[in-house]
Amino acid sequence: MLQSFIQNIFNALQWGSFYSLIALGYCLVYGVLLLINFAHGDIFMVGAYIAFYVCMLFLGKLGIIPGMPGWLVLALAVPLTMMLTAVVGVTLERVAYRPLRRKGVNRLYVVITALMCGLILEHANLALLGASRRSFPTLIPTTVYNIAGVNITNIKMGVILVAILAFFFLRFVVVKTKIGMAMRAISYDRFAVPLMGIPADSVIVFTFVLGSGFAGLAGLLFAITYPVLDPYMGALIGWKAFIAAVVGGIGSIRGAFAGGFLLGFVEIMVVAFFPSTLRDLIAFTILLLILSVKPTGLFGVARRTKI
Amino acid sequence: MKKSLLGALALVLLTALPAFAADSIKLGFNIPMTGDIPDVGESSKNSAEMLKKKINDAGGVDIGGKKYVLEFIYEDNESKAESALSAARKLITQDKVLGIIGPQSSKQAVPAGEASNELKAPMISPWSTNPNTTKARPFVFRGCFLDTFQGPVAAKFATEEYGAKKAAVLYDIASDYPKGLAEDFKAAFEKLNGPGSVVAFETFTTKDVDFSAQLTNIAKSGAEVLFTPQYYNEVPLIVKQAKSMGFTKPIMGSDSWGSGDLMGLCGDDCKGLSFVTHYAAAGAKGKTKEFIDEYTTLYKKTPDDVAALTWDSINLMLDGAKRMGPITGDMEKDRDALRKAMTATKDFDGITGKMSFNPEGDHDPVKCAVVVKIDPEGKFGFYKSVCPN
Repeated sequence: MLQSFIQNIFNALQWGSFYSLIALGYCLVYGVLLLINFAHGDIFMVGAYIAFYVCMLFLGKLGIIPGMPGWLVLALAVPLTMMLTAVVGVTLERVAYRPLRRKGVNRLYVVITALMCGLILEHANLALLGASRRSFPTLIPTTVYNIAGVNITNIKMGVILVAILAFFFLRFVVVKTKIGMAMRAISYDRFAVPLMGIPADSVIVFTFVLGSGFAGLAGLLFAITYPVLDPYMGALIGWKAFIAAVVGGIGSIRGAFAGGFLLGFVEIMVVAFFPSTLRDLIAFTILLLILSVKPTGLFGVARRTKI
Repeated sequence: MKKSLLGALALVLLTALPAFAADSIKLGFNIPMTGDIPDVGESSKNSAEMLKKKINDAGGVDIGGKKYVLEFIYEDNESKAESALSAARKLITQDKVLGIIGPQSSKQAVPAGEASNELKAPMISPWSTNPNTTKARPFVFRGCFLDTFQGPVAAKFATEEYGAKKAAVLYDIASDYPKGLAEDFKAAFEKLNGPGSVVAFETFTTKDVDFSAQLTNIAKSGAEVLFTPQYYNEVPLIVKQAKSMGFTKPIMGSDSWGSGDLMGLCGDDCKGLSFVTHYAAAGAKGKTKEFIDEYTTLYKKTPDDVAALTWDSINLMLDGAKRMGPITGDMEKDRDALRKAMTATKDFDGITGKMSFNPEGDHDPVKCAVVVKIDPEGKFGFYKSVCPN
């Protein structure tokens, strides 16, 4: 009984890590621009596909360069995926969001544009790469460790570790660095910041780099854990991560992490103790209750208009 | 302005004329080209194109003394129930097809069958095994066995082959086929091994990728075999996660395993597992072997059960068309004549078996099931055949 409970805790931590990493992207962009970037889930999907092609290239499966050992490919793939996904995120910002920002339109229009961009990413993937599922190659063989009856794989530990490290890294960037201070400044008053001589556009680009980079990392880890890729994989996870970010308190990094892990825990634990058919019903009822008790989310800040 | 309008009208009529003049019959295809199971749609289209070329090269099909060229119209149902419904309606009302082949999976076939029956157009589903597809629908036919037959076959195999007294089931509750088959399996297994012998009956929703909580429950339950009637895009995830949960007992599946790139996505983890299906390409003889060789030469891969069943279903419909009498041009009369002819099918010799339709009751052929075991090279090998007594 205790064993399966601890087993489920690890399951929940792993599943929650994905939600957290993606919720982070929502939270960073919202914090700086007050924009809910609905294309974020699809940036995660693009990250997974980029990771797929990078790993295939370095494993020598595309025939362009000779293969390398799995651990080296993983070491190369992490920074490369994050950088390339960041490029995608920044391109989206330049092409879709900045022109609207310049025109000073109502934020609602930018949100709708974000939704559209997400759909474009999904369908462009479908059109370019076809509908067939891709199988992500094995980089590190899965070893199952059995500790006192609890089964943990090395990949599971890796994912949880990366999520925790990402949290501390982002806290450090936002709280202890100059550019983090600039990001927080923009979230307080976007129009006063350029008056102080801070290049607001560069800071916004940096925010997108961070958010999309971590979405790319999440994509890579997701592809390693669940090695079947399809063009719509980002949609459902993106929406759920958004809900997690809102419940945790959108705009707060702690909130995004708390929300992500909370949603992960709720989903897994509900299946562990109740009939698995009731999972989504109970999970979202709990989230609804949390929001009705604390409408701004667990760590959120009250604001007059959120969108 | 008026002259160019008249000119445009004339052009439109001229281009429309050839369509009326050609001697062709149109058949519609309602298949999943995108979405969750695109490999199933690809197999269906491959099989159809191969058959169309074969028949049209021979001059077409003979109906009521005249030769008609085949014209196939493919509609993508995106593996979604609502899209399947609108695709069926479009094929029947807009494209005015004589009959429809598909949808393949029961989640789409059940609602599309209702539409076809309502609009009085014959429809045959090659791959859907859920009984509701043809239930009380005189215009809907199917080309394969039912889940009420497959469930007991799977339960019997699990009991005999693995000596299992306790079983676990993991299935998608939001999709008709896995839900129906899981319940059929449970009923059959409990009939063989006593009530409560299915110790874990876990569910998930379509598009879920994480089954760790359900598999933890299953590993804890003491089940000796796991039955999971899911599609080729979900099975690899289930099998891999079961292994990392420490579940070492055998995992078996149903006919949805056999289609699509299962081994490409699953790799070594699926070797040695078994599933119930419609036919096994290995060890086939006669007409079946001819079909397999032709398909492999043309498309460079072994045809799966979807391809074989689609071939048989199109031929079933064409066989009915040959017996329906001359085509009058009145869509309603022709479709009804086709339906009557198909209902009267007796001992049709297909590559997946001999098929007849019952004039009273639902149009479900009586067919044998094949148990396939995945060998160490990753190929589907014939294990045994189970026929209804």
